[in-house]
Amino acid sequence: MATPNTPLWEVFIRSRNGLAHKHVGSLHASDATMALQAARDIYTRRGEGLSIWVVPSSAITASDPAEKGMMFEPAESKIYRHPTFYEVPEDVGHM
Amino acid sequence: MAISNIEVAETPLVLYALRRADDALVLGHRLSEWCGHAPMLEEDMALSNIALDLIGQARELYSYAAKVEDKGNDEDKLAYLRDVRQYRNLLLVEQPNGDFAQTLVRQFFYSAFADLYWRAMMTSRDTTLAAIAARSEKESAYHLRHASEWIIRFGDGTEESHKRAQVAIDHLWAFTGEMFAVDDGERALIHAGVAIDPGTLRGRWLTTLSEVASEAMLTLPQNDWMQQGGRSGRHSEHLGHLLSELQSMQRTFPGLTW
Repeated sequence: MATPNTPLWEVFIRSRNGLAHKHVGSLHASDATMALQAARDIYTRRGEGLSIWVVPSSAITASDPAEKGMMFEPAESKIYRHPTFYEVPEDVGHM
Repeated sequence: MAISNIEVAETPLVLYALRRADDALVLGHRLSEWCGHAPMLEEDMALSNIALDLIGQARELYSYAAKVEDKGNDEDKLAYLRDVRQYRNLLLVEQPNGDFAQTLVRQFFYSAFADLYWRAMMTSRDTTLAAIAARSEKESAYHLRHASEWIIRFGDGTEESHKRAQVAIDHLWAFTGEMFAVDDGERALIHAGVAIDPGTLRGRWLTTLSEVASEAMLTLPQNDWMQQGGRSGRHSEHLGHLLSELQSMQRTFPGLTW
């Protein structure tokens, strides 16, 4: 129900300490406070979260799908950029 | 109705738990009526969440009432096999949903009380009630915040939303006095440290309401004539309809389980 009074918001949830906020979906709300409440009610009902961010969808600048060749294909052939030649010690945890 | 009502031995403590259980169940059921009908998906979820919180509180309180009574009743029998005159909830919580503003004003009045009430009940000498209070307090605190934010937006929103919120406040005001009333049985429980005196919460309850109303540019009524009767089973005509829906399955197919 997109109306001028209820713009779209993107919701990010951090599930545990030490992890990053992760995009989980979007919702409609009149303002940031209501968006935060709605995010809590829609996306953390099953104990998914410790922290919530909401961001106006209009604040996000997205890459153009038509440019994906130029944007992403050059990286596909450069396997030497993958850190696969050494092992990360377990104690390091999430990187 | 295919099955007869149960009898409940309403000792003061049984009655005390039963009254709070009935508040939570009836209000939870009212909110559940919005499921699939709320003005936006986000609120459909929010109201259903609150309904589930309240029904969870009701279950614990019914179970405790049944345990204290010790006559073979349980949470299901207490919820499904008492008729209108045996229900002990506040008149406020059985009032129809009306429009979205009326639902949220009802929630606001109740949650502003419940938040204070459960926080105070955490010090009850009855360890079960204190434990129920500790859980319910966090839920009620959020219910209050949710409702308050809506009241502010209704009041400070459009001319139409302001009008609807004010009409709801004026309409429901007379049902708020019952929250602060006590009878002799409850007075004894208060004296014993099992219950708290709700009268002591009224000042802070009014402060919460005034702060939100002022931000919303809404007016709280000055009249102090209050409806009562719910606590002793004298209800408005609305509760019977609610219960006939809530209880229809168990009344038609006694003992049915999912």
